[in-house]
Amino acid sequence: MSMTCWETIQAYGLRSIGLGENLLPRSDFTLCQQFTLIGSGMLWNIYFGVLALVAGFFLANSIALAKGARNPLIRKPAEWYVFIFRGSPLFIQFFLAYEALVLLPNEFTLFGVEVGTSWTTRAWAGALLVLFLNTAAYSAEIFHGALKSIPRGDLEAAEAYGLAGWKKFIRIEWPTMLRLAWPAYTNEAIFLFHATTLVFFSGFPAFGQMGDALYYANYFADKTFNPFIPYPIVAFYFILLTLAVTFFYGRVNRHLNRHLPSNTRSRIRLRPQLIR
Amino acid sequence: MFEACADPRAIEGLTWAACYLTSGKHIDFYLSFLTVLLLLAITAPAALGMGFLGATAARSHIAPVSWLGKVYIWMVRGVPDIIFFLFFVIALDQVIEYAKSLAVCADHAWPWQGLEFRVCPEAKVPLARSSAFWHQAYGFMLAVVTFAIVFGAFVANVIFGAMNAVPRAQLETAEAYGMSRAQVFRRILMPQMWIYALPGLGNLWMILIKATPLLFLLGVKDIVFYARELGGSKTQAYEYPHGDWRLWYFLALMVFYLAFTHISEIGIARITRKLSHGQATAGGDALRRAGG
Repeated sequence: MSMTCWETIQAYGLRSIGLGENLLPRSDFTLCQQFTLIGSGMLWNIYFGVLALVAGFFLANSIALAKGARNPLIRKPAEWYVFIFRGSPLFIQFFLAYEALVLLPNEFTLFGVEVGTSWTTRAWAGALLVLFLNTAAYSAEIFHGALKSIPRGDLEAAEAYGLAGWKKFIRIEWPTMLRLAWPAYTNEAIFLFHATTLVFFSGFPAFGQMGDALYYANYFADKTFNPFIPYPIVAFYFILLTLAVTFFYGRVNRHLNRHLPSNTRSRIRLRPQLIR
Repeated sequence: MFEACADPRAIEGLTWAACYLTSGKHIDFYLSFLTVLLLLAITAPAALGMGFLGATAARSHIAPVSWLGKVYIWMVRGVPDIIFFLFFVIALDQVIEYAKSLAVCADHAWPWQGLEFRVCPEAKVPLARSSAFWHQAYGFMLAVVTFAIVFGAFVANVIFGAMNAVPRAQLETAEAYGMSRAQVFRRILMPQMWIYALPGLGNLWMILIKATPLLFLLGVKDIVFYARELGGSKTQAYEYPHGDWRLWYFLALMVFYLAFTHISEIGIARITRKLSHGQATAGGDALRRAGG
């Protein structure tokens, strides 16, 4: 019995989150099946990437400020945090986090309420936590560098206008930091999305064959012994995703640079950074 | 290893720990760190070579060569590198076996048939009867080539940028002195581009270090493999029974990588200082002012 492509999409379009047909295709693999399932897996890559980036952005800002603090009690922990997450492979971080989360007591009582912990070992929570902490460290380093390179003249001008303390920070320093950091931060966002492909290849198992795009690509490559179809498909999806991220961050970049004459605006240049 | 270790059940405390940490499997674990270092030692120069070729090709005046170089550089941009890793290891293997099958097999059937990749037994690389060592060595070789191809593209990108960063006036001056294209390349561009390439290359070196755990995904028995093996809980059937210690093994790997990247950072800073001598960059100016 062969399905039309539309039926395949209905059956497998949301397979990665457990909806639709339960059994994965086992023989007579069609191109349509491969495109549909791998595309369905992209939902996970987008889920991990978007949530980690949004949450990581806030943590990164605080860490960047803490790294610039004069008080060593604030500065040192921030420096160590960035050092540990930037200095070790993300792959090892995934393994370590998984083993640590497995060792948590199965449940504990918090304010009289029983809290289970087994959900933390699932990829949607555990891997997301690691990606969030990881991108926060990389972004904090970028933001910290940008904070240090704010032109002295801008700060003097702010003081001349009577801005000081918090007001100076929120109206001058922070927006300038974002503007200077944005091209590098765009790269970080792209490579965080790329890093999401590591999740199901590290400590975190996929349950019920619900995995990301690379998980399904790998499934097809294993089943058909032909790597020349599924891997280019997942590559194709990632090129689309990269273009979308570049477009979105480019719009933000335009917004951040809107007050500047066109020749001094910072442009986004993609720089390579692979495994983290 | 030691005499006292003959009967692990009779010993305890420090002696037990000493015996445990020097068991045969643990020695294999320590040796697998050498596998990682070996991979780095082979891959770094190979990737540098690939990158240099790629960058030179991208600068070529012959359009198809330049396109080839640029496609090579850009291919790793939009696509997660781990896809290349998973892809190349199988694809290279199949291409090698297919090419060999054309030479040694009697029938030249298309090998991708249905749900299998089939070549005649004589075309298998390595042959099924080869020793386990050759299977390991072949897997390692595929991993090295894959790392070199992927990282070569990244290096090519850095070197391409660095070549363009050498001040145009210097090259024009050299041309005005009557140097040929090859001479300008060799005498002016090559010596000067390194200082511009160094920050990028240093960054890539750190990334390369952090990419080495992927050897595990490529099927090589590396440190991640042994950390999982040794750390997993061991029942009484084993010589050294213990609970699930994987967390501690991975912590040890983490410390290894942190130390490695930290030492590399210091080394890169030193090289940067050395190469900045006499360069028309902010770093070079600072050294001049300091009288260094």
